[in-house]
Amino acid sequence: MEGLYQYFSQESNLLLIYLLLFTIILGFEVISKVPTVLHTPLMSGANAISGVVIMGAILLIRQAQPDDYLTLSLGALGVTLGMVNVVGGFAVTDRMLEMFKKKKKQKS
Amino acid sequence: MAFTFYINLAYLIGAIAFVWGLRQLSSPDTARRGNILAALGMSVAIIATMLMPLSSAPNNYAWIFGSMALGGVIGLVSARRVQMTAMPQMVSIFNGLGGATAVVLAIGELLPYYSGATALNSGERLIVLLALLIGGVAFTGSMLAFGKLQGLVNDSKVTFRGHNIFNLVLLAATIIMGGWLVMGGTTPGLIIALVFTALTLVYGFSFVAPIGGADMPVVISLLNSFTGLSAAAAGLVYNNKIMLVGGILVGASGTILTVLMCEAMNRSLTNVLIGGFGTSAAAGGAKGSGDQVVKEVGITDAAIQLFYSGSVMVVPGYGLAVAQAQKVAKELDDLLSANGVEVRYAIHPVAGRMPGHMNVLLAEADVPYPKLLDLEEANAALPSTDVVVVVGANDVVNPAAQDDPSSPIYGMPVLEVWKAKNVIIMKRSMRTGYAGIQNPLFFHERSSMLFGDAKDSIGKLVQEVKNM
Repeated sequence: MEGLYQYFSQESNLLLIYLLLFTIILGFEVISKVPTVLHTPLMSGANAISGVVIMGAILLIRQAQPDDYLTLSLGALGVTLGMVNVVGGFAVTDRMLEMFKKKKKQKS
Repeated sequence: MAFTFYINLAYLIGAIAFVWGLRQLSSPDTARRGNILAALGMSVAIIATMLMPLSSAPNNYAWIFGSMALGGVIGLVSARRVQMTAMPQMVSIFNGLGGATAVVLAIGELLPYYSGATALNSGERLIVLLALLIGGVAFTGSMLAFGKLQGLVNDSKVTFRGHNIFNLVLLAATIIMGGWLVMGGTTPGLIIALVFTALTLVYGFSFVAPIGGADMPVVISLLNSFTGLSAAAAGLVYNNKIMLVGGILVGASGTILTVLMCEAMNRSLTNVLIGGFGTSAAAGGAKGSGDQVVKEVGITDAAIQLFYSGSVMVVPGYGLAVAQAQKVAKELDDLLSANGVEVRYAIHPVAGRMPGHMNVLLAEADVPYPKLLDLEEANAALPSTDVVVVVGANDVVNPAAQDDPSSPIYGMPVLEVWKAKNVIIMKRSMRTGYAGIQNPLFFHERSSMLFGDAKDSIGKLVQEVKNM
């Protein structure tokens, strides 16, 4: 309990909680009216963004001792998986959206 | 220090790019720009993370660049190669990898904690375990979803009697163990932490196991939202604002899609998760088949019907994706349109295996998107439509949803194809749909069945129409 109390009493942590709450509201506001056509690209685009976890893995590697192979391997695994998620996610979304764009021109 | 200022500025730019990019992603005109913007934001943030000054950090850049190159190449190649029909599988895998990354990070935090190298207070332990729990569920859940979509896993093989109760017990055990780890400090030890990890992974698998078929879009959306939340939790662990913002945005978008999918099926999320379909379907399927007869139609007759009609409405479903029939369908569309037939497509929100699945397939086949009607538009247009062609869709055109209170899908908004003058249903066999429910539409007086592989059948129709 002590630790929880400590955590929430710290100004910087509190600001983080504020940021969290406001981002939730912002997120719902920004994405609330998405048309059916875009459900798949939105999902895969958002998916790519969830690859931000890769930054945690980068920090893990940067802070590890050069002979701490366990942490380094964990970090490398994290960076690799995260990178597949990020690069693959954005690339595949772009491929899909490219197809939608063509349609737009035909219409006009 | 001026350098730190630039790093913070880069993070801020990255976060704004995510928000703005997602905003643009939700409108067809700006979607592509939005995606590129978000990708740029990600690049800026990653570069900032690499350069960020860390006191006395060994950096190990070789490890970082090596694994980034490896992951980047794998990601790029698979994104280029994947078939549009396999998009749900692809999204599931990518999604699972995001969850796996969060798990790896959490373990990376827990190992030094239990070996005594670092200290975490209970608030920090809570967040690390949360990232582990949500990420773990998202990881194995997505992998199983992939297996199901790819047809590698049969639903009945991974479920057993009392599965829902087992899931509840498992979840309770996982949470209690997590509580112990949060409260108990280093006392429970690394072994218990690893058992906890294993439990989250088993739970993710077990929680997706009973959910299948038509419910897939809901699960995929939900898992998407989980991955986002695990990224946000990891952001709290590292006190990294952009991870927090990015993760929450994904969580929000996944949640919105989950709600939309549930609404499209007129079911609550709990109902989907507890798996209402599997259990009650048998009761609903028993009636209906009996003495009723099915009318069959041959290729030539079907082609004549289509050729001499004024308007045609195509209702695509998962079968279209399985048969990879979107391009021949477009060919048929072109031929008919050239002869003055008005061809349009009716897209049910949960048609296919992920939100918007059919739209992507038809876009790939160059069908202009003004031709795609959503549920309401299609139902308004159906009574004046001459011929409806149902390609591999089943539950979304089931009249039982409107007139049979005993049906498991009663109340789900459906496409009222039976109001059109004629309905041609392309199906491989008389088997029930993925939800396992008998469809009275097949016995309707205006319906006729065209058996065979969808791609094959449409290909033959194209030949017939060409010869007319």
